[in-house]
Amino acid sequence: MTSLAGQWNYFLVIALMMIGFYAVIARGNMVKKMVGLTIFQTSVFMLYISMGKVTNGTAPILTGADIADGAQTLYANPLPHVLILTAIVVGVATTAVGYALIIRVYESYGTIEDDDLIKMIEAEEEDEDKIGEAPSA
Amino acid sequence: MMQHLPVLQVLLPLLGAPCAALLRGRDMAWGLALLLTGAAFLISAVLFGLQYNAGEALIYDLGGWPAPLGIVYVIDAASALVLPVVSGIAFVATIAARRLVEAEIDARDHALFYAAWLLTIAGMLGQVTTGDAFNIFVFLEISSLSAYALVAMGAGRDRRALPAAFNYLILGTVGATFYVIGIGLLYMLTGTLNLTDLAERLAEVESTRASFTALAFIALGLFLKMALFPLHFWLVPAYAHAPSAVSALMAATATKVSVYVLIRLMFGVFGVEFNGLADAIGLLILTLGITGAFAGTLAAILETDLKKLFAQSSIAQLGYMAIGIGAMSMTGLAAAFIHLFNHALMKGALFLAIGAIAAQAGRVSMQSIEGAGRQIPVTMTAILVGGLALIGVPLTAGFISKVYLVRALLEQNFWLLAGLTFISSALALAYVWKIIEAAWLKERPENAPALIETPVHYVPAWLMVFATIGFGIFAGPLVDAAYAAAAVFIGGPS
Repeated sequence: MTSLAGQWNYFLVIALMMIGFYAVIARGNMVKKMVGLTIFQTSVFMLYISMGKVTNGTAPILTGADIADGAQTLYANPLPHVLILTAIVVGVATTAVGYALIIRVYESYGTIEDDDLIKMIEAEEEDEDKIGEAPSA
Repeated sequence: MMQHLPVLQVLLPLLGAPCAALLRGRDMAWGLALLLTGAAFLISAVLFGLQYNAGEALIYDLGGWPAPLGIVYVIDAASALVLPVVSGIAFVATIAARRLVEAEIDARDHALFYAAWLLTIAGMLGQVTTGDAFNIFVFLEISSLSAYALVAMGAGRDRRALPAAFNYLILGTVGATFYVIGIGLLYMLTGTLNLTDLAERLAEVESTRASFTALAFIALGLFLKMALFPLHFWLVPAYAHAPSAVSALMAATATKVSVYVLIRLMFGVFGVEFNGLADAIGLLILTLGITGAFAGTLAAILETDLKKLFAQSSIAQLGYMAIGIGAMSMTGLAAAFIHLFNHALMKGALFLAIGAIAAQAGRVSMQSIEGAGRQIPVTMTAILVGGLALIGVPLTAGFISKVYLVRALLEQNFWLLAGLTFISSALALAYVWKIIEAAWLKERPENAPALIETPVHYVPAWLMVFATIGFGIFAGPLVDAAYAAAAVFIGGPS
């Protein structure tokens, strides 16, 4: 029981991950898919940040005092923070490209619902085949 | 200068991308892209030679920080083999891109197109070279994000490129995020991200549930990225509606790089003996591979659009690579490397030839190539040879791939699988025959638009075709290189 309570952060991560992933798969609206994707990615950021935490650890900054005493200060692992800084940048870029695409889709199709889009694309494909069959067109 | 080559081949296209975005004028950005991809090709060829002569991995410490503190770039027999494939195809595709881009993309966007083009190439080269697990993710996203933009640029001609690019973005990001989750778990277990270091430290904790979960996440993420059946649904629309130059570049290289990363992680980090799971994982990959080979081939037979047809056939060919991986043996892995190399050449040739027609006629369907065999014989012959290589006809590179694949399966007494591989290859004859029938046996309809061809149309495709035939006849060096690459991961001296 203590181990479960002590790992509450990981349960939160898993819950967020599943909420996000469910939205990506189950929602037909492109904006909602993007929101799900962002939640999904954020859960991974939290997974990494959690693992860098050291109990009673401080910020990993080397001060003059540390060097003078030769004392070992307990500090949090900075590497996961740096990794996630990179991953956040990647996430922002993905979100930007995703929403840009949604705007373009809306401009040319007038809808951002998956079901409507699939119908319109199928219709376009049938038209193309008809044009091919009757070369006079 | 020489010792900086491993990083230069990634840096040149990476730094060239913002420069290309700033250039104006018709051909400036294209010229820069051609120069830089040419330089990257030259460097990777030199690196291959250096690595071959050294006989051991060349390690480059970024910023002078040695592993495991810093990020290292590793040129070993495997990366030295894959680098020239990526950069060589990028170079040839860039030659062809000038005409294709002019025909298909609005002149205002040319500079930005080549910026994204260089970025995606830099990302792929980076994934192949780096020896750091998180760095692979960063390069994966660099290449993927620019690839989404490149696919979406097909919208000027075909608006279906937009939803295709969006679906590619969603699935690509899910795949990459799965990979990061796996790497996160590995870091929690071992406290390192360096691939060599990871492999050593993972051996101590390999029986934990966390390490198995990490393998599952990483493998699943990369299956998505390499479009292994049944995670391939993003691939066909993305390749079919993208601009022709982008289809050629991506069909030939993008999924191959993910195959390479999968091999690097699965065999190089987890190891073939991992946790006694080798049989189960091997069986899973073999099953998916052979199912993909049949699903892709059958879907290709039903397709009437040539770009979609060859995109479906890519699913089948990736299935064969998966079979090589799933055999979990030295020969299997070598067969996967051989097919990775050969398939890149064939698909490059096919999509460049189709692109040359698409730039004039728009959509390339079975109807639009009726009688084209007489009107544009050189281009259509390139498609024919590429198709024959996909089947695995002798004297083409595809034959060599199939020989080693079947040999790997027979070594392990997978008779049924070897038979199924043979049948699915033979089925590929059906879609190639459809093209022969349309292009040569039918008359060109009188009202059909006239197609033309000059050397600028067919030379890039034929460079690839010559390579396909060349490596089909003189396969020795490639086979040696592939075995050396496989030896990096499996059955080495230890």
